[in-house]
Amino acid sequence: MSAFQGTRMNPSKFHRSQLKFLAFLIPLAIFMALPIVYIFFHAFKPIDELFAYPPRFFVDNPTFQNFVDLFTKTNDTGVPMSRFLFNSVVITLIVVVLTVIISTMAGYALSKKNFRMKKAIFEINTLALMFVPAAVMIPRYLLIDELGLINTFLVHILPLLAMPIGLFLVKQFIDQIPDELLEAARLDGASDFQIFVRIIIPLVKPAIATIAILSFQLVWNSVESSSLYVNDEGLKTFSFYMSTLTSTVEGNNVAGQGLAAAASLIMFVPNLIIFIILQSQVMNTMAHSGIK
Amino acid sequence: MKKKANKRDYSPWMFLAPYIIFFTTFIIIPVAAAILLSFTYFNAIETPTFIGLSNYVGLITQDEVFMQKILPNTLTFALIVGPGGYILSFILAWALAQVPKRMRTVLALIIYSPSMTAGVAMAVVWTIIFSGDETGYLNSLLLTMGVLLEPIQWLQSPEYLMKIMIFVTLWGSMGVGFLAMLSGVLNINTEIYEAGYIDGINNRFQEIIYITIPSMKPQMLFGAVMAVVGTFQAGAIGVALSGANPTPQYAGQLMVNHLEDYGFIRYEMGYAAAISVVLLIVVYLFSKVAWRLFGEKD
Repeated sequence: MSAFQGTRMNPSKFHRSQLKFLAFLIPLAIFMALPIVYIFFHAFKPIDELFAYPPRFFVDNPTFQNFVDLFTKTNDTGVPMSRFLFNSVVITLIVVVLTVIISTMAGYALSKKNFRMKKAIFEINTLALMFVPAAVMIPRYLLIDELGLINTFLVHILPLLAMPIGLFLVKQFIDQIPDELLEAARLDGASDFQIFVRIIIPLVKPAIATIAILSFQLVWNSVESSSLYVNDEGLKTFSFYMSTLTSTVEGNNVAGQGLAAAASLIMFVPNLIIFIILQSQVMNTMAHSGIK
Repeated sequence: MKKKANKRDYSPWMFLAPYIIFFTTFIIIPVAAAILLSFTYFNAIETPTFIGLSNYVGLITQDEVFMQKILPNTLTFALIVGPGGYILSFILAWALAQVPKRMRTVLALIIYSPSMTAGVAMAVVWTIIFSGDETGYLNSLLLTMGVLLEPIQWLQSPEYLMKIMIFVTLWGSMGVGFLAMLSGVLNINTEIYEAGYIDGINNRFQEIIYITIPSMKPQMLFGAVMAVVGTFQAGAIGVALSGANPTPQYAGQLMVNHLEDYGFIRYEMGYAAAISVVLLIVVYLFSKVAWRLFGEKD
């Protein structure tokens, strides 16, 4: 008889036997967090600490100067930074809301309705999970040009609305809502639209939260629309502005480093906060993420 | 026989229409266009002219850079980052599943957070850390420790660029796939384990091979697909780190950069489209392998 007692998955309390996992996880997590912690420190460093040699990891006299500089700075063509940030916020909000609505509607149809092409559409979408937009950047550019979207505000929004992974996750999630529930609602006289709004949407909140996060990350961090499809500076986004900051940070431009770190922090913090708030919903959705 | 639907039921197409319109426009049409354009000569100004397979023939026989640098680079990068990141995700998910909830949540958040930061934001940090003069953090550290006598141009040297790209990408690869696997491990029915012990499983390794992985195949497949996509999307990292396309001596040049080089720098759109098609095929083949391993049907 072996002494192997099996694995305690999802334990409810701490036990000495878990130390070996923690001994592996904690150092690794610390190591992974270092660059991010470093951004935090770097963003608050006054100019003399940015210049300090040897370079320091921690910040001694934190200051908001980098943020002040960043917000008062305009780019070469005189567009203020706040304009980029405003563009990013508006675009992100629109894309997230629309992506959620579009994916949930399509997910409902694919999960609960019967029609001929149902299976084929879902298969194509599953195949599209592997779609790498960068791989077809040339035809995409030509297409956007054909559609007359070059240099418009819409070009930041439209290409990002169909999110295969969003549809996939929400459809898998709706699958577990019992048909009887919808049937009962139908008998009570609910219309299709009412069923969708009053039953489906409240029940798939976790999946909606997950799509919202994923879509947020995609849009908020996206630079391709600004760099490829827009020439007008006033229409570009904050993430693009940040990438121009980094290109002037050729190693030695230390003041630029402070600005870039402050900008990185502004890019990163919303991601972090949203994920912390919604993480339990995400984990709930992920339980249904398997591809069979 | 079709069952007559409820009168007040909207057609499924009404719910699907918006998604299908955008999906077709921005995913299907570009892919189809890439395939069509790849058989033409197209300089973005004149009308494309049909030239058959010339682009592909040229790519394989005449493009020295592609055969000597790009393809080996892409495969090296993909084979290390893809499976490497994937195995790492699984090990982390498996270990995390065995610590209590509160600790797990905090650790998972930390491990996931690098994947939230875009390549752009991260390129800032890493360029500062790997900066080529003595004020770069890594150089400064190694100089102080006496490992180096003079600073190394990390991001400009062909010797190190690829290694750094792989390292940075791995660091940021614990994303959605990782979360899916974590939840997969947590949702395995404990009775399956009990049954396994009775059947004579007597160490952790056997348990992982015979119980854990088979019980979470769907999540493993989802994670694998995400790993493949993440790997090929990371193409911009080399250019972001070194600040140039082409990267120094093509050391960090991947297919995506080659594509950009020919499409947006040289305006050889037909040729770039051929590279697109080859890239799509490579991605598809990688995913096919994942499907073979974890899929339930072919």
